[in-house]
Amino acid sequence: MRYTIYGAVALSVVVLGLAAAFPWLKLPLILALCYGLAALGIVVLLRAGQISFGHAMYACIAGYVVAYLSQRFPHLDGFALIGLGTLASLVAGMLIGAFVVRYREIFFGMLNLALSMVLFTLLGKFYAYTGGTDGLRVGRPTLLGVELARNGFETALLVLVLVCSLLVIWGVQRYFRSSAGEALMAMKSNEMRLEYLGISAKKLLWQGYVLSAGLCGLSGALFGLSQGLVTPEMGYWLRSGEFVFIAILGGSGHAVGAFVGALLYEFLKMYAAVLVSGAWQLLLGATLIVIIYFLPSGLTGLLRKRRAALGGEQ
Amino acid sequence: MSSLLQTRGLTLAFGGLVVANGIDFNLEEGERLAVIGQNGAGKTTFINICTGLIRPTAGQVSFAGTDITGRSPRHIVRQGMARSFQLPQLFLDHSVRQCLELAGMARQPRLPFWRPLRRSADGAAVDRVLELVSLAERQHEPVSNLPEGQRKLLDVAMSLMLQPRLLIMDEPTSGVSSEEKHGVMEILMRALDEQKVTAIFVEHDVDIVRRYATRVAAWISGGIAADGKPDAVLADPTVQRQVLGV
Repeated sequence: MRYTIYGAVALSVVVLGLAAAFPWLKLPLILALCYGLAALGIVVLLRAGQISFGHAMYACIAGYVVAYLSQRFPHLDGFALIGLGTLASLVAGMLIGAFVVRYREIFFGMLNLALSMVLFTLLGKFYAYTGGTDGLRVGRPTLLGVELARNGFETALLVLVLVCSLLVIWGVQRYFRSSAGEALMAMKSNEMRLEYLGISAKKLLWQGYVLSAGLCGLSGALFGLSQGLVTPEMGYWLRSGEFVFIAILGGSGHAVGAFVGALLYEFLKMYAAVLVSGAWQLLLGATLIVIIYFLPSGLTGLLRKRRAALGGEQ
Repeated sequence: MSSLLQTRGLTLAFGGLVVANGIDFNLEEGERLAVIGQNGAGKTTFINICTGLIRPTAGQVSFAGTDITGRSPRHIVRQGMARSFQLPQLFLDHSVRQCLELAGMARQPRLPFWRPLRRSADGAAVDRVLELVSLAERQHEPVSNLPEGQRKLLDVAMSLMLQPRLLIMDEPTSGVSSEEKHGVMEILMRALDEQKVTAIFVEHDVDIVRRYATRVAAWISGGIAADGKPDAVLADPTVQRQVLGV
């Protein structure tokens, strides 16, 4: 609990402080937090010892639902759009999850990738409904009935995304410490033992999978609203890869890790583009190598080390 | 009255290799059965079939009067038959106490995903089992810190948390130094007595068999060659020649 509070306070101070000092950073910060939400979805799977290279599909599903609804029902409130978009991803997660939780490791990862690429292709081909590769525009909705200009909307959205992130950190961290969450982590070390305790590993993974789909969905809905546009790129495997990158950067020790990783990633990307504009990916790759080599359990792995040094005190 | 565990004509063959050869077997409530036999005689296979890991080619397993042939390990465990493993199967990323808390929670119909594990779990039951297997002092340490002997105890302790009617232990003292063996067995037997658990254990050490078993079954090439009181079975000439290698 202590780390949750420290993490939440630090995250809020950094995000709001940066946004106040440099107003042009608002949009990058919103996007970073959206990436954090999605990466946390990957973290849930990492704790079960699984990895998905296709989770951008859930962000994409939510984004398109938001875009479609905002065009079809222009008077729908922003909160309703976010809720419905996330719900769509949750339902998709439940259905797809029921099928993919029968697989593990590389098969699990590649199946998710395959499904996400099917979605990517469909979105590109069904021009009449999806706008093809140009995507769909998302109108600027009211927020709780209030109509906002661009600047005000961005500020409101930043606060909303931050509040969502904090609630999610608290809730997901609580899940991690619950019986189901601890059992999910036990699945990583010994699935057979779980079965021999009478616990269904499949059911556990399904729960985690639905949670991760929901988190990616929330991320996608917020992302779509803040960008004002959704394109099939949102569900492309490169995006899924970015989520995995951030999840590894942040580590799976604590829910706040994904957000720390996401902020770091966003700024790395921004500065790398300025510093070595032609080869900014080089810097990302080098960072990943350093993290994997020196901090195999990510930035939050540092907490665990400290906790171990304190003799298991949380 | 029917037996606690009963098998009829239990057969498993991989092509021409018969690893369980029409085994008829009964176990009554309260027994302490030692299973002896050379490596490859089919002892672990028998356990794997009874606990649902392997489906038999033919035959039937029933537990407490219910047919459990071909059911999943998860289903069988929930009926009250638990097992421990030759190589301890533990949750290495958790602490000793958390392993037991999780095992205790496994008896619930569903795992809560909001209340913290340590508050949902039955703390008193965990304390009692920790005490029984003498692991109370190390309860907050990561499981990966434990030496082999204590890992074995924890493996059994996790099964005890399930409050089983029958506990099957696959070589509880293998990998434990010979000085420690009796200590480990003393602790285990005390725990089993306390919880009134019927037990089957696979064991190679004749001293241990003589001391702790109420009955012995000797496995030879996929079948039971001798079954009865420890003294009688251990004195059987076939068992002496083919199992004990005397």
